[in-house]
Amino acid sequence: MEAGTVPTGAPAASGTKRARAWASENPAKVFLMVMGLIAIYLIIDSGIQELAQKTINGTVAGSYFALGAIGLTLVYGVLQLTNFAHGDLLTLGAYIAYVFQVSQGMPFVVAMVISIVLVALFAVLTELVMFKPMRKKKAGVLQLILMTIGLAFVIRYAIQLFATADQKKLDVNVTDTIDFIGLSIGRTQLIVVIVGFVVLTAVAMMLRYSSLGRQMRALADNFDLAETTGIDTGRIVIFTWVLSGALAGLAGVLVAASVGSFTPDLGFTLLLSLFAAVCLGGIGNAFGALAGGLVIGITQEWSTIVIGAEWKVAISFLVLIIVLIVRPQGIFGKERTL
Amino acid sequence: MSAPLEILAVNFDFLSAWSFWIGVGILAGIYGIFTLGLQLNVGYTGILNFGQVGFMAIGAYSAVIMVVSVGLPFLLALPVSLLITLFFGLLVGLPTLRLRADYLSIATIAFAEVVRITAQNARGLTGGNQGTINLELEEGKFFSDPWLDASDWMTANIFDPIGLSGQDFLNLPLLTVIWLCLIVLAFGLSRLVRSPWGRVLRAIREDEDAARALGKNVFSYKLQSLTIAAGLGAVAGWFLVLQLQSVNQTAFEPIFTFFGYVILILGGLASFPGVLLGTVLLWIPLEGLRFLDLGLSGGQVAALRFILVGLILILLVAFRPQGALGKKEEMVLSD
Repeated sequence: MEAGTVPTGAPAASGTKRARAWASENPAKVFLMVMGLIAIYLIIDSGIQELAQKTINGTVAGSYFALGAIGLTLVYGVLQLTNFAHGDLLTLGAYIAYVFQVSQGMPFVVAMVISIVLVALFAVLTELVMFKPMRKKKAGVLQLILMTIGLAFVIRYAIQLFATADQKKLDVNVTDTIDFIGLSIGRTQLIVVIVGFVVLTAVAMMLRYSSLGRQMRALADNFDLAETTGIDTGRIVIFTWVLSGALAGLAGVLVAASVGSFTPDLGFTLLLSLFAAVCLGGIGNAFGALAGGLVIGITQEWSTIVIGAEWKVAISFLVLIIVLIVRPQGIFGKERTL
Repeated sequence: MSAPLEILAVNFDFLSAWSFWIGVGILAGIYGIFTLGLQLNVGYTGILNFGQVGFMAIGAYSAVIMVVSVGLPFLLALPVSLLITLFFGLLVGLPTLRLRADYLSIATIAFAEVVRITAQNARGLTGGNQGTINLELEEGKFFSDPWLDASDWMTANIFDPIGLSGQDFLNLPLLTVIWLCLIVLAFGLSRLVRSPWGRVLRAIREDEDAARALGKNVFSYKLQSLTIAAGLGAVAGWFLVLQLQSVNQTAFEPIFTFFGYVILILGGLASFPGVLLGTVLLWIPLEGLRFLDLGLSGGQVAALRFILVGLILILLVAFRPQGALGKKEEMVLSD
């Protein structure tokens, strides 16, 4: 967050015009205030215990949303590609882990690593076979989007063809819980959160401080400008797909482990939540996607306090639509992004 | 497991399966009407409407709810349902049509999913489990009775005299009405896009800023385009209910919007007759697949069909984005 230029006075007192200006300068603060108000309402409505428990559940979901969303937003930022097949990369990750852990009997960690590697390779393959040739042909937005949608269906239903649509389960402990001060979290879910946050931190550090990460963000910011400064864009593009695929594979395994069971629909049902996270954080902004993923995870769980759990996915779509209407450049995006 | 040679054994009974092919024609007609709306949006206005299936769902559910829950007569329920769907067209368009193409696609697909999840979960509205409405009004009285009466009349007075009656041709009246409707609508829309109004749409598709500079209210035209598409979606939704004799949220999953996009690109962008061709080109092989004895289970055949749709979409977009009847000079896919 940039420092300075923030008027400290109460915005409401200085007239609606200035309040609006302040709000559009500080969308993240406005958003936090709204979340805070909702939290206060929920505490009054159902107590702090309930809210804390839901926040824990939401953080579990948020960690894999964030992992999925970072890859989605980076591919968008670097290649201007809205990848509707990204959700199905998560599905692919979950099923590869299933094959190696449950069918082949390998340890969970090994299966997870294989899954990450294979999904990353698959993502690179889609770039080399589909997207790179299409960019060479100067394909338009609709052309590229429709190709990713076609790819999404091919992945999802190829999995269904071989693995059937029956529910699958990874061999993880889904019954043990860890309890403290009246709150509980599943043992596996705790591991998921820890793995998720360690990886997210590592990715954030990599993007922020490593030369590779800086080049990637430079490309996401302005491709042509980055290219003229001498960045090897071809290398960065491939690396973006590797990172996007690897994170998607990991996210898929973590979703499968923490939810317990999964079907070939896994990724496609998550995709719109991932888009919500991406748009919330400002499309193309990796740190925004990280925060957006957590916010969407927590919002979905909070919503279950008020209405049935079957609505929580719809809640994230509503957040998405509202964000797109009110502030399409996202909470963390700058005005110029559009 | 069947031996390798038997895997592609073709069962030639399909040529004589009249009722089956009439069913295919009905689906092709329904998705043709559905895709006319997409053609107007994508082919003529340049709007990436990914939520068409949501409008079809609203049309189908609202028509059924108007009859079953509200108690309106069938023929009055249809215009009411149309108005409701048009209203949703405005509601979706007002906030989203100012968005850039990729944002618009995400927002509209999210809208369609909100509709489907609402249908699935709002028991107070749909009254049944998992978004299924019981079409039986009371003992022996059904939602679609007025249509069935009309259908019987058509069979008795039109098709029976020329020898097309019996179990095989039970759905021939529905097929006829749907395709008449499709052809009339396609013809009307073709006229419409050649009018000054249609020229403005095309100007918007080619260069929004130029159209605006000429004093055209771009937003209003886009809104009109989307709302008309919503109405066409509703009509397709009604026919879908008549065909399936049920209404269920699984018929409104996002993939069906993309069936429309496959039809659109198969037939060619910026061509309404192309939609008629595209829908036939999609549905005949897609349904004909059932007659290939691949030694697969029902679920696997369904999966294979969707893989096929995905592959067709990828290959068409990559190698023949202008489709069969599309005009190269109007090829709006690659701008």
